[in-house]
Amino acid sequence: MLALEKFIVPIGPQHPALKEPGHFEFAVDGETVTSVNVRLGYVHRGIEKATEDRNWAQNLYLLERICGICSHTHALCYSLGVEALAEVTAPPRAQVIRSLVAELERVHSHFLWLGVAAHEGGFDTLFMYSWRDRETIMDVLEGLTGNRVNYSANVLGGVKFDVDEKQRAAIQRGVDYLEERTHHYYKVVTTDSTFIRRTRGVGTLTTAQAEHVGVIGPMARASGIARDVRVDAPYAAYNLFPVNVVVETAGDLEARFVVRLKELLESYRLIREMVDNLPPGDLTVRMPRKVKEGEAISRIEAPRGEAFYFIKSNGGEKPERVKVRTPSLCNFMSIIATAPGHQLADMPMILAGIDPCFSCNDR
Amino acid sequence: MSLNLTETWEHTLDALRTWARINSPWAIHYNSGSCNGCDIEILATLTPRYDLERFGVKLQGSPRHADVLICTGPVTLQSRDRLKRIYEQMPEPKFVVAVGACAISGGAFQVCYNVVGHIDEVIPVNAYIPGCPPRPEAIIDGMVKLLQSLQPQPEVMVS
Repeated sequence: MLALEKFIVPIGPQHPALKEPGHFEFAVDGETVTSVNVRLGYVHRGIEKATEDRNWAQNLYLLERICGICSHTHALCYSLGVEALAEVTAPPRAQVIRSLVAELERVHSHFLWLGVAAHEGGFDTLFMYSWRDRETIMDVLEGLTGNRVNYSANVLGGVKFDVDEKQRAAIQRGVDYLEERTHHYYKVVTTDSTFIRRTRGVGTLTTAQAEHVGVIGPMARASGIARDVRVDAPYAAYNLFPVNVVVETAGDLEARFVVRLKELLESYRLIREMVDNLPPGDLTVRMPRKVKEGEAISRIEAPRGEAFYFIKSNGGEKPERVKVRTPSLCNFMSIIATAPGHQLADMPMILAGIDPCFSCNDR
Repeated sequence: MSLNLTETWEHTLDALRTWARINSPWAIHYNSGSCNGCDIEILATLTPRYDLERFGVKLQGSPRHADVLICTGPVTLQSRDRLKRIYEQMPEPKFVVAVGACAISGGAFQVCYNVVGHIDEVIPVNAYIPGCPPRPEAIIDGMVKLLQSLQPQPEVMVS
């Protein structure tokens, strides 16, 4: 009698699908995946430790480079934590600009994800179209902050730039165009019969499973859990501009597409409200060189879910400890829960469905 | 292209190969510890606004099919052997492009404990594209310059 041995398909760390290194082992029975093993850490650079050798302001630039997609998230989360420790509050105008950039970043990130996820499903037309439209938001961000990727919008105690009339008009133009496109993409992902066969009922994560593995962000919201830090614990200007949480209950890949596209529409509304209601005033307040001794926690809603920072100061010019917990790490568990039982060909889409960000995750 | 038919057939074949290589380089991309910023800019370079594919550059999944290795990020301890392996799997002649400040010098991550260093401490590099991250225009410029450097002498210039 032959011994029953598992056949394992290894993928990564260099692989054609995702642009970042991660190693996956899929045990298969024929075409059906029976178990998944994830190996992370290829992009671990040791940023948390490196923060201990830099002063408070320098760390802003280092932490921004944890992730190139959600760089503002990290800088904002760190700034909020350090400001809480130093008992400094950024002026209202700075708070709104911070939220504005955070929403613009969410738009760029969701468009990026839409393209990559469509690409994994073999729908390259959607990939090319969504990335073409994403350039609109990149232009807006570049006009606003001066850089396409690492915006460096935050300083400790405020923001670096103001939003003038010309930029306001540019933001509104960009958002109007993208809103029209988003409605189109919504129609595509919910009606295109070929695409639906790749997404509907694939990678379903029930509400109970989602609670059990502790997913966050759009993943949780696609599984019927209304979890959003912007609502649960408003930071920056989100108490002035309340967010309507988008929740879907299906929990499959299609629901994840729908949630992210509807979140885009919600972001457009917030962006419009923010640029129309920018409070007057200063952009920065004075920040002490040394930060009082103590510990602080800050949480914000990154495009992928809740980002969490723990910052400890010993009263000096440098932090004693900065701990970063990024959303991708929480969502990886859902792959192990959802992948078994699916075809091997569905794996890239299930992987892309959680919007993995390895550089966030490994730091 | 112009071919000199008095040359031996090996020369002619070489000229043909070079012509084909310059007009249709297949690239492979590996992130050896980057923050993603350069990776998404490389991807943006391939999409309609910038469209690197008009130079014949195609992003390819397997190192065995690739002519150009596009590297981003500093080299971490975990990915050093992987990077070497990918480089060794590529068929000759092969070219390496280091994209971004980290790939060139270690950038912001120079002193991090898990960072070995920059790309050319591990594998030889042919072209460097600076920036944090480089703009898509800069990436196009770097690729075009690399391809230009492969051009043979002016008398056998590819038309």
